[in-house]
Amino acid sequence: MTDLTSLGVKDIRDGVRGGSFTAREVAEAFNTAVAEAAALNAFIVTTPDHALAAADKVDAARAAGEELGRMAGVPIGMKDLFATHGVQTTAASHILEGFEPRYESTVSQKLWDAGAGMLGKLNLDQFAMGSSNETSYFGNVTSPWKKAGSNAAMSPGGSSGGSSAAVAARIAPAATGTDTGGSIRQPAAFTGICGIKPTYGRCSRWGIVAFASSLDQAGPMARSVEDCAIMLGAMAGFDPKDATSLQMDVPDWEAALNSDLRGKKVGIPREYRMAGTDQAILDSWEQGKAWLKDAGAEIVDVSLPHTKYALPAYYIVAPAEASSNLARYDGVRYGMRDLPDGVGLQDMYAATRAAGFGDEVKRRILIGTYVLSAGFYDAYYTQAQKVRALVARDFERAFEQCDVILAPTTPTASFPLGSMNEDPLTMYLNDVFAVPASLAGLPAMSVPATVNADGLPLGLQLVGRPFDEQGVLDAGLAIQERAGFTAMPDKWW
Amino acid sequence: MSVDKATVAKIASLARIRMDDDALERMVPELNGILQWVEQLGEVDVTGIEPMAAVIPNTLRLRDDVVDADPLTGGGKQADVLANAPAAEHGFFGVPKVIE
Repeated sequence: MTDLTSLGVKDIRDGVRGGSFTAREVAEAFNTAVAEAAALNAFIVTTPDHALAAADKVDAARAAGEELGRMAGVPIGMKDLFATHGVQTTAASHILEGFEPRYESTVSQKLWDAGAGMLGKLNLDQFAMGSSNETSYFGNVTSPWKKAGSNAAMSPGGSSGGSSAAVAARIAPAATGTDTGGSIRQPAAFTGICGIKPTYGRCSRWGIVAFASSLDQAGPMARSVEDCAIMLGAMAGFDPKDATSLQMDVPDWEAALNSDLRGKKVGIPREYRMAGTDQAILDSWEQGKAWLKDAGAEIVDVSLPHTKYALPAYYIVAPAEASSNLARYDGVRYGMRDLPDGVGLQDMYAATRAAGFGDEVKRRILIGTYVLSAGFYDAYYTQAQKVRALVARDFERAFEQCDVILAPTTPTASFPLGSMNEDPLTMYLNDVFAVPASLAGLPAMSVPATVNADGLPLGLQLVGRPFDEQGVLDAGLAIQERAGFTAMPDKWW
Repeated sequence: MSVDKATVAKIASLARIRMDDDALERMVPELNGILQWVEQLGEVDVTGIEPMAAVIPNTLRLRDDVVDADPLTGGGKQADVLANAPAAEHGFFGVPKVIE
């Protein structure tokens, strides 16, 4: 029998439907793979029973001749930012350690309704703040990938680093991610997998621990474009409980996948040719252009003049929203409480938050508090929101000349854990290509292109018009078909 | 603009995060590094540009004015609401005495 853990979403779903194997066999295979991969630290908690129960339900439904959901029999990893009923949900923070929600997030509920099961809750950067998965209270996630000739532990990217590591290591066929400023695309690129952030509002934010509400979007991470299309279809949809949820139909992205790009125009933004970008990344970008041309697309130059200002604008807007969102952690309603002897309410808040938040989270709360404070609000926050409007306008104008934009996902390949910790700014710069699409709320995807001289994966990014996930997926598929990316990490865990 | 230790202490107090002297000292150069870097936004000509309020144009919806329109977010959930509280007492959130 084939090794079931080598299969992705589509093959598992089709195999279970067709009776090649049972959902229980799949769940058992992945539960075992998860248990053997503790060295990656990809999971904060594992939930093998959840995966088995969901699988048994699917097998029973099939035996009864019922129609199976679009994710039927697929066990997935759930980023520990999604509230899951009765299962600890921490956002990788100490302050939420032990928190067991009494409700289920909309996105996770939709996945269970579609027949998926949960292997466990995946590690991440604390409150999704980080680009290397080094800010989790529960320890770093280690990428399954190694540099050729080195044994150094590499970063799986962040913040969805547990998700990317688990999918790349074949201990989960797919995982949920969330993307605030690149947190799906950058880890996908670092680990040689696919990940798509849909248009802002496609996936409900209800039940997702909030970081920066005007930017946060959930999306799937999986090993192929088809798998992402299937899973996104199960995650997306209108939710009256999220005020920013898009009230529009969810297209059948999987059915409409088409890698024939004749008549399509692919924009190459000249401002993305930045100093500090690895030559191998620039080469893969050239290769990507050739692949899309081969698929029938016309390549056109476009300009996104405010690109260099997107990242600094993001580092005002996101911390500002975070400082407001994270005010809810006060040691009163949920999560931990630190109550030193004889202190009052205000000191309890301050002690709880000092003990419960990690350094990066504190840094961003302080920046956010500062830029929103009286006297500085206009100079920082209002200015950043105006620049954000300009970044979005750049994209609008570019999409008058092209249908989809091709760019690198990151300026570098993965780096060793601990190598970027000297200065928070160096780490921030890794999201330079990912953040503009986040600020503009656009659908954007990373697909693996090739490996560099060190044998580490490199990703290419596609950015589409609002609501045009299809255009992004189609171009991603065209790259996937031509890149023939089959590299896999050697199993060392 | 740059911040000094006293300013960071003020911000930390506003954000309700207790920080000792060492932590404040460490935070000053880190925050200044970030603030100096974001200052480049000042170069951008934003004449006539409205600050962005919503990234995808959307209108606020009104739901039907009925009790428990969505049972998930409706009332009658006291036990669920208190289930994760660190010090729930008598059906309330318990907090230390507040005497000013």
